[in-house]
Amino acid sequence: MMNEGSELSVTIAQIVQRLKGTHLHSQLEKQAKECLHRPEIRLESIKEDVRKFLRATGWERKLQNAVYRELHILPPSGHPEAPLEHTKEPLAYMRKAQASWEKRILKSLNSMCTELGVPLARKRPVLEQKELTSKWNEMGADEPDLSKFRPVYAPKDFLEVLINLKNPNHDHSDGLTARSHWGLIPISLSVRDVPQLREAYPELSLSCSQLGIDDHAHVPPDLFESEHIRIGKKVVDEQDSAAAQQYSRQGSPTGLRAQLWALILNITNDPEDVAHYEQLKAAVIHHDLLVDNLIYKDVKLTASNDDYYFVFEDVLYQVLLCFSRDTAVLEHFSYNSATPPKSYIQGKTGEEEFAVVYPPNGVIPFHGFSMYVAPLCFLYNEPCKLYSVFREMYVRYFFRLHSISSSPSGIVSLCLQFERLLQIHLPQLFFHLQEIMAQPLRIAFKWMVRAFSGYLSTDQLLLLWDRILGYDSLELVAVLAAAVFAFRAENLMEVTSLASAEAVLADLSTLKVMPLLQIFLFANVI
Amino acid sequence: MCTVRWQACLCVCAYGQHLAGNHIKADSNHREGRSCVRYKCSLMNTVLDVLHQRPGWVEVKEDGEWDFNWCDVGWLRENFDHSYMEEHVRICHFRNHYELTRKNLMVKNLKRYRKTVEREAGRLEAVKCDFFPLTFVLPSEYHLFVEDFKRSPGSTWIMKPVARSQGKGIFLFRKLKDIMEWKKVKICSSNTDCTRSDEQRDEAQVESYVVQSYIENPYLIHGRKFDLRVYILVTSYLPLKAWLYRDGFARFSNTRFSLRTIDDQYVHLTNVAVQKTAPVYNPEKGCKWQMQQLRRYLTAKHGTYVVEELFKDIDNIFIRSLQSVQKVIINDKHCFELYGYDILLDQDLKPWLIEVNASPSLTASNQDDYEMKYSLIEDTLHIVDMEGRLTGKEKRVGGFDLMWNDGPVFRENAGLETLGSPFQTANTHLGGVNDRKKQLRQLLKPFPGQKKV
Repeated sequence: MMNEGSELSVTIAQIVQRLKGTHLHSQLEKQAKECLHRPEIRLESIKEDVRKFLRATGWERKLQNAVYRELHILPPSGHPEAPLEHTKEPLAYMRKAQASWEKRILKSLNSMCTELGVPLARKRPVLEQKELTSKWNEMGADEPDLSKFRPVYAPKDFLEVLINLKNPNHDHSDGLTARSHWGLIPISLSVRDVPQLREAYPELSLSCSQLGIDDHAHVPPDLFESEHIRIGKKVVDEQDSAAAQQYSRQGSPTGLRAQLWALILNITNDPEDVAHYEQLKAAVIHHDLLVDNLIYKDVKLTASNDDYYFVFEDVLYQVLLCFSRDTAVLEHFSYNSATPPKSYIQGKTGEEEFAVVYPPNGVIPFHGFSMYVAPLCFLYNEPCKLYSVFREMYVRYFFRLHSISSSPSGIVSLCLQFERLLQIHLPQLFFHLQEIMAQPLRIAFKWMVRAFSGYLSTDQLLLLWDRILGYDSLELVAVLAAAVFAFRAENLMEVTSLASAEAVLADLSTLKVMPLLQIFLFANVI
Repeated sequence: MCTVRWQACLCVCAYGQHLAGNHIKADSNHREGRSCVRYKCSLMNTVLDVLHQRPGWVEVKEDGEWDFNWCDVGWLRENFDHSYMEEHVRICHFRNHYELTRKNLMVKNLKRYRKTVEREAGRLEAVKCDFFPLTFVLPSEYHLFVEDFKRSPGSTWIMKPVARSQGKGIFLFRKLKDIMEWKKVKICSSNTDCTRSDEQRDEAQVESYVVQSYIENPYLIHGRKFDLRVYILVTSYLPLKAWLYRDGFARFSNTRFSLRTIDDQYVHLTNVAVQKTAPVYNPEKGCKWQMQQLRRYLTAKHGTYVVEELFKDIDNIFIRSLQSVQKVIINDKHCFELYGYDILLDQDLKPWLIEVNASPSLTASNQDDYEMKYSLIEDTLHIVDMEGRLTGKEKRVGGFDLMWNDGPVFRENAGLETLGSPFQTANTHLGGVNDRKKQLRQLLKPFPGQKKV
């Protein structure tokens, strides 16, 4: 077995390999070369002096941030003999379930393609290209006929798949037990309980100040807010990714959030990134993809109908159409349990050399997908920066919400954790809802798949996402879902049907996220 | 001789003029409260709901005697001068509100006010009055307009009828020939009789227009233009007492802003009434953001400091516009008025005053809008205080914050520490948290006859 030392050197080697040839690398080299002219660089101690120079001019910090970013997206380490599929998802039954789900989605996409006679991809005629270029900033003004397109799947379809997961090692032969009739998720994964969560999220405790609670109108800003903002400004000035992440656990001030998130995600907006975005835009102009229609439809159905996000319609198209064509996203499949869908050049089905990944980024959008982007429009208005932030958030977090895996931040774990938290802390409520055929997960699932986007009011959602970034985990999404049920428990105990339960939980726009989380984790008697 | 002159001076001073001292101060401390209020209401919308549901308030029919009248401006024009109102009676308009709300009169008053400020306080102070776009009243200032028009060729101008609302009759133009036709019809003799009232003049001839420099660089949110609707309640002009409501909204144009199509009024006009007829309007969607949402958005984009300065500039617009008509409006203790201010931001985050409405729409476009307008009207009635529950010293009632009380009002309570301190903040919270229910519970005694909840 590998010892820690060699594991570390493997990791270092991996990161060095990834950073080689990046824009940062060439800039560092350039800086190092140019600084040789400076008087403080002496030949005898050249290595030390160059290092000192890079540190003083902030370049070391940039490198640190880049390394820190790589650590976030490092594929899991596994046995050198193990194939990649096994490393990124160790549980065989999960792999199987994900693979068959993918098959279903692709089949659905292909049949839509055949039914409607629309090709998966086609090159746009020159006239159409010109038209699209001229209305690039107002694509939402069009009203194309999308009636024949249906979303490939909706969250509830995905929930059915999760409900039917089967662990072959789980022995059901002892018949029905009370446990087997609890909850919808039929498998066991290790999820944290409240005492463990308390240890993992100490910054949310009652004795710790934070934004979302201690910046309330009635609290004098001197008690916490002013100082927190001052520290936030310092963090931004220092340009330290790791510090920003830690800071974000107590919330980001509205005026600093955009910069802090960009720092946490290490979005540098280099000329490299800008050029990449322009390339993607050109790709959108040249080719029309079937998934584009799915994107249009999704934006029109969800974001455009939202009271606040409708303003962002045009930029959502820009971001999502570019996203579909971005092959850089394929990198995340080295740690995503999913596999990018493949399509074959016409007439060559099955022949591997004629296989292409479709869509180019390997991600087929589903109903509600555009809501991952919508809240970010609130923070960034340059399309390139907005795009980079969204892409990074997707490859770090959002992808886990719609793929089957055993990851603690994966949707399966979140569902299980949600159910467990309710079962343990609100057993009466859980039992009651189960009796009236209103399984809590059926209601909470859609919130979790979207990380609550579109359900909470924007300012509250951003406070939640502050913590997702701060703790580098989606776990709080499950905790919040349980906390919402706890908050409305009294009303829920009175309902007698799934429809009325849905009605009690239909409107979350008045909820305050941080007090809910705090009370659930730290104020409940266990 | 001296005594007679002294008495004559007093009479002149007392009638409608601003005294240098502070005699005519705030409301008396203990107004007689009424447990039963008879009201009339000419509107059939949210206002009527609020009045119906107010404990102790009873609607009176046609000719019945009333204590409170939420009337429309037409009724006011016909009846105000002939009505005798007892001391306690309240009505929701000032007799000559149009000095502020008619575009041509507002422009005249603002221009005159600016001149006064420049003369009395210098240029730097006068610059603070530059919050309305260059405007000319037509037909009387047509030649002045042409001079300015020629000085800035290629710029866009907007023509607005003086008395109409909801975006009717407004159009944009760039060339003088676009308005030649219009001019032939509309321009009449320049010697109009100034003593006749505006309404009479209009009826006799053609309606007046204002032509205004069009703001070509509005602040856009992802390509869409919007304006702000803010509510100001004035309970007295002499001395000036004005309240600012925390809620308000940003009204978006449904289509993307572009100077290419100045014919497309749907793009340029953000009134909800116009947007409702635009081809892509979705009535379920509504195209408004609450003020809080807009404020947060701007703060996220530009930082807290910039946005605080912006809102200070907006406060400045309210106060100065009211000051400009202070001496012209016929002050009457029976009157109060709820104004709807329309403000436009440009790309440099400078706010511009577009117009002031004496009868802002109180019809709700959806449930959230209904709740907001309901609260707005309810809080207005709390401040009018027919029930005599206020002391007159309040700085906040529900969602209203006292913005001006014969002088600026500050959040910090006056004391030795704050004297002369430059760090006082204005008592305004536009786009701030509106926890009105909680505040009202702590502030108000129950209605006469009601038990405390």
